[in-house]
Amino acid sequence: MKACYGTSLPNPLMLGTAQYPSPAILEQAFRDSGAGVATVSLRREAGAGQTFWQMVRDLSVLVLPNTAGCHTVKEAVTTAHMAREVFDTKWIKLELIGHTDSLQPDVFQLVEAARVLSEDGFEVFPYTTDDLIVGERLLAAGCEVLMPWGAPIGSGRGLNNEYALRAMRAEFPEIPLVIDAGIGLPSHAAHAMELGYDAVLLNTAVARAGDPAAMAKAMKLAIEAGRLAYQADPIEARDMAEPSTPVIGKAFLS
Amino acid sequence: MKIVLNGEMREVQAGTLADLLQECGFSGRVATAVNEGFVPSSLRKARKIKDGDRIEVVAPMQGG
Repeated sequence: MKACYGTSLPNPLMLGTAQYPSPAILEQAFRDSGAGVATVSLRREAGAGQTFWQMVRDLSVLVLPNTAGCHTVKEAVTTAHMAREVFDTKWIKLELIGHTDSLQPDVFQLVEAARVLSEDGFEVFPYTTDDLIVGERLLAAGCEVLMPWGAPIGSGRGLNNEYALRAMRAEFPEIPLVIDAGIGLPSHAAHAMELGYDAVLLNTAVARAGDPAAMAKAMKLAIEAGRLAYQADPIEARDMAEPSTPVIGKAFLS
Repeated sequence: MKIVLNGEMREVQAGTLADLLQECGFSGRVATAVNEGFVPSSLRKARKIKDGDRIEVVAPMQGG
């Protein structure tokens, strides 16, 4: 798969660390998913931060801090600076939320924040929509990865607009593209990989499943299957049937 | 002096941000902001705290 800012991901799954029933289940889910990247956040320190950080370090995965919950460029840029210091990484999953109910990115502020952070040496992973022009603007702002949503965060609806996501893949063939948000089932993750996406970022689908570790493994297998399928060059769908068994040579029996 | 620390009013003695973190028991990996501006750890000793300052101390947390 394509490298993200010069770093090759060990596999195409990025997994969130929120909402698990317990730290032990989180750890098991990570081990069973094989995820190579963990997303994390920054929140007011109330005593639990250091224990959590130790656990994440023990996972031995790449860490991708986010700016979740930020609604302005200033907030997001300040959060990114804090994250760079705390997590000792230039990577930042840039979220700029524009709508309370859909958590849709505010793409205008997103592009501006991406520019500010890229100029300051950050390696920005922008959580964006499937809009091609916004994608172009993000690349012009310095991003080398795009992370379009499949569906609203936590909705589990899968890929809401396959047409747009196909177009995005075709428009940016050399750019690492990650489906971020909306995945609910392994079939959704496989679908993203079948379209030629480079990776999938998900959290809720695993963390809130009845058995998170089992779902983590299911996601891992689905992503592998989807990637293999993409590489195998799938057939095009067609409207009419086409017999798979040879017609020529059929015995005359009627 | 009264400050607002992570959204709560606090009475503190510390004169600098570094002293404040110590006085309030913060340790380990935290990042700081004063009045909505990031203050890198290298500048905490030099950063004076004034009455009414709004201080944020954040740490690693679960995220998606």
